[in-house]
Amino acid sequence: MRALLRTLVERLASLRITVVLLVLAMVLVVIATLDQVHLGIWAVQAKYFRSFVVVQQLPGTGVSIPFFPGGYLIGGALLINLLCAQFLRFTLTWRNLGLHFTHFGIILLLVGELLTGLLAVESHLTLDTGDTKNYAEASFERELAVIDVTDPAFDQVWAVPLSRLSRREPIALPGCPLTLLPLQFHENANFFMRRDAPNAPASPATLGFGPAVVVQPAEPTYRPNEENAPTAFVEFRGPDGPVGVMLATLAIERPQTFTAAGRTYAVVLRRTRIYFDFSLSLLEFRHDKYPGTEIPRNFSSRVRLRSAEGAEDRQVRIYMNNPLRHGGYTFYQSGFKNNDRTTILQVVRNPGWLLPYIACVISGLGLLYHFILTLAGFLQRRRATAATTA
Amino acid sequence: MKRYLPLLAGVVALLCVAVTLVLPKNRDAFDTQGFGRLPVLVGGRLKPLDTVARTSLLLIQNRQRVKTPDGHSLTPNQWLLDALFKPALADTYQVFRIDNNEVLALLRLSPDDGAGGVRFSFAQLAPHLDDLDQQAERAAQLESPEQNAYEREVLKLRNRLHTYLGLRYSLQLPESDDFAAEVIRFEQILPEALAATEAKMAGKTADENLVKELAGYLKKFQLLSGRATMLAIPPPPAITDHNAWSNFGDALLASFATSRVPQPVRDYAALGSAWRAGNPELFNRAVTALGEHLVGRDDPRLPRTALEFRFNHAEPFYWAAALYVLVALLGFVSWLVWPDVLARSALRVGVVAWLLTTAGIAARMYIESRPPVTNLYSSALFVGWVGSGLALLLERFFRNSIGNVVAGVLGFVTLLVAHHLQFSGDTMEMMRAVLDDNFWLATHVVTITMGYGACFVAGVLALVFVLRGTLSRSLDPETAQALLRMTYGAVCFATLFSLVGTVLGGIWADQSWGRFWGWDPKENGALVIVLWNAVILHARWGKLVGPRGFMNLAIFGNCITAASWFGVNMLGVGLHSYGFMDSAFFWLCAFWASQLAIIGLGCLPPHLWRSRAAVEA
Repeated sequence: MRALLRTLVERLASLRITVVLLVLAMVLVVIATLDQVHLGIWAVQAKYFRSFVVVQQLPGTGVSIPFFPGGYLIGGALLINLLCAQFLRFTLTWRNLGLHFTHFGIILLLVGELLTGLLAVESHLTLDTGDTKNYAEASFERELAVIDVTDPAFDQVWAVPLSRLSRREPIALPGCPLTLLPLQFHENANFFMRRDAPNAPASPATLGFGPAVVVQPAEPTYRPNEENAPTAFVEFRGPDGPVGVMLATLAIERPQTFTAAGRTYAVVLRRTRIYFDFSLSLLEFRHDKYPGTEIPRNFSSRVRLRSAEGAEDRQVRIYMNNPLRHGGYTFYQSGFKNNDRTTILQVVRNPGWLLPYIACVISGLGLLYHFILTLAGFLQRRRATAATTA
Repeated sequence: MKRYLPLLAGVVALLCVAVTLVLPKNRDAFDTQGFGRLPVLVGGRLKPLDTVARTSLLLIQNRQRVKTPDGHSLTPNQWLLDALFKPALADTYQVFRIDNNEVLALLRLSPDDGAGGVRFSFAQLAPHLDDLDQQAERAAQLESPEQNAYEREVLKLRNRLHTYLGLRYSLQLPESDDFAAEVIRFEQILPEALAATEAKMAGKTADENLVKELAGYLKKFQLLSGRATMLAIPPPPAITDHNAWSNFGDALLASFATSRVPQPVRDYAALGSAWRAGNPELFNRAVTALGEHLVGRDDPRLPRTALEFRFNHAEPFYWAAALYVLVALLGFVSWLVWPDVLARSALRVGVVAWLLTTAGIAARMYIESRPPVTNLYSSALFVGWVGSGLALLLERFFRNSIGNVVAGVLGFVTLLVAHHLQFSGDTMEMMRAVLDDNFWLATHVVTITMGYGACFVAGVLALVFVLRGTLSRSLDPETAQALLRMTYGAVCFATLFSLVGTVLGGIWADQSWGRFWGWDPKENGALVIVLWNAVILHARWGKLVGPRGFMNLAIFGNCITAASWFGVNMLGVGLHSYGFMDSAFFWLCAFWASQLAIIGLGCLPPHLWRSRAAVEA
């Protein structure tokens, strides 16, 4: 048994496997990069890197076939290969110390990238000058928010992720008399006013603005400057039976209200909100240009940071290459709109953010050590040969 | 004689360099060189007019030389003066480069109408500019990956015309017959005309003619202010904001408030009149006055513009390219005759060429106040600098002239690439916000570019191995061993710098975008280089490849490095893209094909190699 295990580890640690995996990794990166022209960066990441197998739909058919190992598979296999090799060949000498460090750093880097893929959440915070917000809006995730607005002083919010809407099963809201039944769900859709398309079939919607709008399902887009408009028809049921059907879409982000069981509810499909225990207010946004040109020189946002309990209240400047790190979140100057009156901050929560830094330092030092050692050896040998030939 | 050849070669190369430092004389009585030295603020950067002339010409026609219809050749400064002050004449110079036949058809032109089939005058384009504008509007709606060759050429031509017309409105109103006289007249009537206008607005009687004349000037100056691309008028000496330069129109509009036309405006107007009238005396007096206006200012950029003028004339990269050719030739010949003497001569010339590029890069760094690599152009310079430096270092140790050949080839090719990359305009343009960070430019960009350079050194060494081994009998086992060691060293160096550079790039990305790794094409390109170098090293350590296989892997490294360096920019996606380059794509494909062909040669079994012993050992 032990012998078998040892043979297995020996096989797994083979340099031949390393080379094959490195070549596969390279090919994966190359095809993924080329595919970015069609798919855009986010879809490519999901398809090629954050997957075990790359699946490609054959053009013209609905058939999808796996055609290449994905990032998780190759990365995982490299990790196993590397661990086996380290386990098998690990001898600590001054000569190979640098290589050990390098490989250990690479292991950390792979683990860090895995953690980032699993744990990191990216969102955006859009602030007008003078605005204050204590939440960011997720870049990709969307939610259907059902808000009990009966009490003007207090809102109770239920948020349903879109993945549940696409399943078309009844959704009960804990502590709320309402049940949701998704009738239709589209990743993306276009909209017309019903008065412009009088011959369109009747809308399933009975509440809110839904009846006045015609929905035309559309292919999801991956272009960097376009956004999908996820759209759903949802039936609301109260304790006394159906209340009505509502059209909810990201394209029309206006809360629609209705009354059921004596309470008033507002419904809106919006970017998933991530709440902080502090708030940010935009005091000033600056967009400097080089004189006589339109070339941007700097974007910067002066914001006021206040914690909920009032322990902290200070001014911060967020600008290019100088993010604000606070409460586990990092805020980056990402964009602007509205004639330089509105700033867009990218907000990232990545518990593993330090790992790559540590990995890099270890790897870099290891490589540098090994390189200097090799160079010194080379120079010494040369001096020796020069001495013998002289 | 033979003994002194290395010394002689070094001295001749140094003389070549010395000659470049001599400033050329004016061609005639006009002090056009002095004119070229005058600083202006264009594209956010203070630079001499000489640079404006050269970069405009490179952008418009991809070369600096101008031929007039009657066969005279003009210096860039003479052309700029004509474009600024004699627009009707300059419009007849065939300087607009058009490479696309569909665009020519749009303008009702054929290649036969142009100089060399590709250069046309503004006068030839003028009748159909509306058509061009329409097409350009349409093309501009598309995102760059969706534009075809025709649409890109239309946009390029519009950009060229925009640059040209911007110059024309920079220092005078082209519609005016004698702008200097107008400026003088304007200043004369200004106090009275202002008073008359005020009186009129107050409802009192006023000199209607004066009011009308002043309104006419206002309209003209507003036109100038909107169209001029050059900020030529320095701030008054008392103002401390070094960036408060204004364009001609704005300076004239400002005089409505001060009742005085700034002295530089008058001087430039006089300079223009003198150039038009062909009066060198007045012209030179205006040039001197404009220069003196800036004497004694504490703007730290002024000495840099003076150096830039010298740098433009010295053309260090042009001369270095010529010297690198000599290095490669001497290196080749040394494999046939006089190995020792010629190898040492080549090394001397190579060191001079390398020092010359060093000086050129250092001058650019001083002028820009930036680390060496800021854009694709400077990356080409730096790749060549690192590559040939490394190769010369290897030559210093191995003394088999291989380092010379590699340094010569790499130095020349990268400078050639750089030459073709400067057609997009000023190569020292200002850095966009996210890139405006000297720390990261100095660390990430420099290390990654050093990685590129080292990869190419390994690749070219491998080329020498395969070509010499298969095509000649000159590759003896000892040299083959030396080549293997050199290539191995270069691959190690490349791995170190690519990995560290990629990782530093990740840290920069984490600082500015919030993700260490974003799978952006440029990042992926760097990663692929690291992976490939890792493949080469592990394949060698695992004894999976012999000498031939190792060398072939290193040659493929050339393909990968070139793809990552340029191919990624051609994808037209991602945060790092600099726009598609059609002809560059052709050359990239040709380069790949050549490398693959040589790899095919390298795959020949050992008994078909002419230097059989080298690969069988």
